[in-house]
Amino acid sequence: MTALALRDLSVELGGSRILDGVSSSVEAGEWVTVIGPNGAGKSTLLRAIAGLITRKGAVEIRGDESAALGRSELARRVALVPQLPELPPSMTVAEYVLLGRTPHLGYFGRESGQDLEIADAALVRLDLVEFAARRLATLSGGERQRAVLARALAQQAPILLLDEPTNALDVGRGQQALELVDQLRREAGLTVLAAMHDLTLAGQYADRLLLLDRGRIVAAGGVPDVLTDELIGRHYGASVRVLWDENGHVVVVPVRHG
Amino acid sequence: MAQAAKLPLTDTARADARRRRAHGSTWIWMGGGVAFALAAVLVGITVGPVSIDVGGIVESAASHIPFLGVRSHLSATDSAVVWELRLPRVVLGLLVGAMLSCAGATYQGVFRNPLVDPYLLGVAAGAGLGATMMIAYAPGQAFDGDLLPVAAFAGGAVAVVIAYTIGSTSRSRASATLVLAGVTVTAFLTSIQTFVQQQHSDTLQAVYSWILGSLDTAGWHDVLLILPYAAVSAIVLLLHRRVLDVMTLGDDEAAALGVNVGRTRLLLVAAATIGTAAAVAVAGLIGFIGIIVPHFIRLVAGSSYRIVLPLSLLVGGGFLVLCDVLARTVVAPAELPIGVVTAFFGAPFFAVLLRTSRSVG
Repeated sequence: MTALALRDLSVELGGSRILDGVSSSVEAGEWVTVIGPNGAGKSTLLRAIAGLITRKGAVEIRGDESAALGRSELARRVALVPQLPELPPSMTVAEYVLLGRTPHLGYFGRESGQDLEIADAALVRLDLVEFAARRLATLSGGERQRAVLARALAQQAPILLLDEPTNALDVGRGQQALELVDQLRREAGLTVLAAMHDLTLAGQYADRLLLLDRGRIVAAGGVPDVLTDELIGRHYGASVRVLWDENGHVVVVPVRHG
Repeated sequence: MAQAAKLPLTDTARADARRRRAHGSTWIWMGGGVAFALAAVLVGITVGPVSIDVGGIVESAASHIPFLGVRSHLSATDSAVVWELRLPRVVLGLLVGAMLSCAGATYQGVFRNPLVDPYLLGVAAGAGLGATMMIAYAPGQAFDGDLLPVAAFAGGAVAVVIAYTIGSTSRSRASATLVLAGVTVTAFLTSIQTFVQQQHSDTLQAVYSWILGSLDTAGWHDVLLILPYAAVSAIVLLLHRRVLDVMTLGDDEAAALGVNVGRTRLLLVAAATIGTAAAVAVAGLIGFIGIIVPHFIRLVAGSSYRIVLPLSLLVGGGFLVLCDVLARTVVAPAELPIGVVTAFFGAPFFAVLLRTSRSVG
């Protein structure tokens, strides 16, 4: 089943075209990562799918045009973890995670016992129980990322959009966060569409890659098809070597020109 | 972390999570807020040049309830002091303080800026201009014809509509545009107000005393004037207490959680403005309370709007009643402008709180 289909998706911001006729689809349960140089339009693509910016073309979420879905219904289907999530410093972790239930409540609605249970389960799942009453300002980078993931999990949306999920994390925390996303994906049957800078991590965790450059998809397919010395070199203006270890894991290393 | 995340999802763990949720203390805080507001009311009614004991007031109150058969022993004069002078003034203080605090808390949440006060979008400047023009051009009607609050309310409301129209024509949803529009409108209207004031220097005293704020013209009439606006504003804002928590995540994340950010902001600003304009119309410009009270609550009781909004109503109302007691007793029989009292006693208290607490916002 197709979870997400994009047809001829274009976005203009401030008079310049940021996305230019992007067409692609993501199957349910799949992990697709969008890569591309700075300014390629990766974050814009995720924001357009989440309904945060005006766009042209079609975005179908599980068969329905997203513009025809109400804002809450869209949020019940798609959860967005932004690049720099806003974490109100005095809010407790439990309060923050509970906000993930928002799309399931009426405008003036209050959380039911079931909503509290779902939020609790997200806290437990992301090992945040001991932090539940702590203020967000007191958390470390890795703990914050888990809190953000817990909120997205409490949202119970089948499609998870991750914008640079490892950006603020060290190599260990970054890896752990992606492992966690992968576990959640398998447990809950989530579909993941991520935008990432780190090509090694992108290649190791995605089923498929989309290479975006200047608003267009310039390559798409399995990791070996997209992560090539030639494609990365051409579109990133970089000199890299794509290596595969004996376990079939890809490593992208920069090598000095000349 | 990866290993720990594999914890089995046991009921014990769930219960533990539930136990740690920081919502348990809400009712204790609400109880404290109600107690504070009631204590302030009692102080407001009992303190004054005429000494009336609490027992006499309670008895007098009970005598107004049918079928209880209680008889009041207060003299007719004392009874009039309580019911016609002090109580309306106390109730007005409660309403104005509650409105300014609740509107301040709302503005801070909507604009995600802790320094914002309820006068952000020009309501004070507009009300000031409305009142000044009334005092300058129709002094008779201003004070006798009861049109001063109407002019102030209209001026304040028009100012905010102008600011909102300018600020929201930008395609972006950024609230910074709206804040700048408020600053622009405030500057423009203040310049007109100053001009009118200079042209009618004989009205300086009256304008100045209105601007400094006071509850001293209070009577049941003023209470009835502000009550419908205050009630509508408070109900709308309280209904939004959970949505305001979502709004603190910023426009994008709130929208990604299904909130219609533009519409919600408009509704909240409209409700907060109606309450503020009504408060300003009857009591003038009382500064500081819209910032200090919500922050005091955030520092002691937590930042969730589920607590901040209802407690702002209670604590803000009680605080202004106590400030008014000081305003009318410190230099009795003269009165201090209440804005002077709110800032003079509020600022040092808040400074100490800031120094001794960990974080704001």
